[in-house]
Amino acid sequence: MTAVLSRPPSDRRAGSARLGALLVAPTVLVLAVVVAYPTVQAVWQSLYGARGIDPESGFVDDTEPFVGLDNYAVLFTSAGDRFWNALANTVFLTGTSVALEIVLGVGMALIMHQALRGRGLVRAGILIPWAIPTAIVALLWRWIFNADGLANAILPGQVLWTSEGLHAKLAVVFADVWKTAPFVGLLVLAGLQVIPKEVDEAARVDGAGSWRRLRSITLPLVKPALLVAVLFRVLDALRMFDMPYVLIGARKESVETLSMLAHDEASNVRFGPGAAYAVILFVFVFLVAFAFVKLLGADVVGDAGKGVRSRKTRRAKVIA
Amino acid sequence: MHTTRARIAAGALTAAVVVGLTSCASAGGGAPARGGGFEGRGPINYVAGKDVSGTFRGVVDQWNREHPDEKVTFVELPEQSDQQRQQHIQNAQTRSDANAVIALDVVWTAEFAANRWIEPLPEEQFPLDQTLPPVVEGAKYRGVLYAAPAWADGGLLFYRTDLLAEAGIDKPPTTWARLRSQCGQVLALPNAAGMSCYAGQFEKYEGLTVNFAEAVQSAGGAIVDENGKPTVDTPQAKRGLDFLVDGFKSGLIPRPAITFQEEQGRQAFQKGQLVFHRQWPYQHALASKTDGSSAVAGKFDVAPLPGADGPGSSSLGGWNLAVSSFAKNKATALDFVKYMTSAQRQRQNLEAASLAPTYTSLYDDPELVRAFPYLPTLKASIMTAQPRPRVVRYGDAAGAIQDEAYAALTGVKSSEAALADLQGRLDKITGGR
Repeated sequence: MTAVLSRPPSDRRAGSARLGALLVAPTVLVLAVVVAYPTVQAVWQSLYGARGIDPESGFVDDTEPFVGLDNYAVLFTSAGDRFWNALANTVFLTGTSVALEIVLGVGMALIMHQALRGRGLVRAGILIPWAIPTAIVALLWRWIFNADGLANAILPGQVLWTSEGLHAKLAVVFADVWKTAPFVGLLVLAGLQVIPKEVDEAARVDGAGSWRRLRSITLPLVKPALLVAVLFRVLDALRMFDMPYVLIGARKESVETLSMLAHDEASNVRFGPGAAYAVILFVFVFLVAFAFVKLLGADVVGDAGKGVRSRKTRRAKVIA
Repeated sequence: MHTTRARIAAGALTAAVVVGLTSCASAGGGAPARGGGFEGRGPINYVAGKDVSGTFRGVVDQWNREHPDEKVTFVELPEQSDQQRQQHIQNAQTRSDANAVIALDVVWTAEFAANRWIEPLPEEQFPLDQTLPPVVEGAKYRGVLYAAPAWADGGLLFYRTDLLAEAGIDKPPTTWARLRSQCGQVLALPNAAGMSCYAGQFEKYEGLTVNFAEAVQSAGGAIVDENGKPTVDTPQAKRGLDFLVDGFKSGLIPRPAITFQEEQGRQAFQKGQLVFHRQWPYQHALASKTDGSSAVAGKFDVAPLPGADGPGSSSLGGWNLAVSSFAKNKATALDFVKYMTSAQRQRQNLEAASLAPTYTSLYDDPELVRAFPYLPTLKASIMTAQPRPRVVRYGDAAGAIQDEAYAALTGVKSSEAALADLQGRLDKITGGR
């Protein structure tokens, strides 16, 4: 101990840097194996095309041809229509379902926060959809959206929900919102519970109505938790696969997402194009996540200029 | 502080995203090991779909009692056939010797053979002359036998005997025109109020490939000719597709049928909503149940599928057993394939699990016909059956067929446009490179 203390400060800093490197090494190693390697492998794989068939023998070639960026270039030809459609579907399904989930989730959180009697029961009830595996939820809703299912029994007319069209998109959004709004609700509830009661009481004393208190006190204070919830949901929804796949079916133009497209390519033994779609989806998700974090950061800095930094930081600490 | 944390959280999330996305892009490549005769004896794995009836477990146990030194382990895969196919492909990609004998859907034969994932079988060691010829064709790739037929399947026209008799019709229809006119007569009956005429499997999945292929074949067309060249942009194919398209337009086929897989159609038939139903034989036992689950027990029979100008042609269904190219103990594997596909085993399969045999003789066995009255009709159906397009990239071909047929059935495209587009897509898919 004394030896360490007697060392010059710069040496001590180098020593603790070494120790730090040693401590994070296992994590870095695990990340390299489970994150970096598959990513590099996928990018590399995406540079290969599908195997050809020898017209003479009828056998499939042993090797995959190296095609460079062809798998990406092809997206800008007419053959890329399916990709752009899948991208549009992914964005549409993510946008609509996450927006609805936020509104409903906040509503649920406010109810869960308020409910005094039967609070546990209400919370458990709201969380049930989140606890059911997505594939099971999709099967459940498939049954409801059947030609002679519950949805058609309640609604006027007969809508063939699982056939192509806007109704298929709506069915997916509906089922997805049903399943994941509780998740948003849970995260927002956590945010609500750390808001000090005094703030709300002070506003009440000042004569603020309940709408005013919601808008000016509750929502701004719960915003950091809400943003994390939105980030989680957006990243999750961009990878949406099982809900449309099980509820509506494979290869349906109306609901085919990028994940489904990559899966379809890979299951037809075209790992190159499949990997290309996966890489594009990864980059897309990464950019969205990055933009989100940037926006989150920009917000804090932006407010700081107006002199509310200290308050904001304190709030952030409370939430985090 | 806040920003950093959020960034770390986002980083961790993106990491999870990457793993999820890239795990499906496994490394392909490398030359598969080529055969070298059926040598080596010892324990092997038999890999097939879930043994719902329990029949196969019994047969494997029986084999193990008789061959204590060549023990077979039965590995059950999920019930869904596309999941089974993916597991087989993954095994082939890693050239794993874990699987020796694998059960293959008849439509995968070309793909597995062309990729040399399965061994060509010694034809002379299998009783092919006693097997239904279309079934043998379905087990071959470019004239070479790659799999041994284990059980077969063919489409049947289920029809309501009670209603046809009431309308004064003595025979089920053999042509589409007669099907239409008989429907007109039956639906005019007060007892048939609210019923629909005809349904098959028209949801966008493999069932649509089957129904489209049957319509085209039954009008004298073919999806691919004997040289493997696509031939769907023809008047015959158009006539076939138009039977289905016009069926939807005229109401002959009920609107909800566009969402029908086998089970939805079976429900409709069993509830007494359909006069005619194109279905696999398995519906016979279920619709005959007298426990109240079927409203049509004793009121229906089966006939071969009708066609444009005469009897139609079914899609060939069924499963074959093949030997993996990467297996050890291939001599044992070959023996086990013979054992599992023998006439005796197939009789057991029929009696215990209603799996249709591939041997001609079993269809003429009076005892079996008494227990399974649809056998003679099924034999007729299978004898006229065509394997679905035998192309190496079957998944792509079936996908293209489903896209275009679905577009035509839902009125998004005219049948001419759909078939022209399909021809172009199939040309590319079968074009090789």
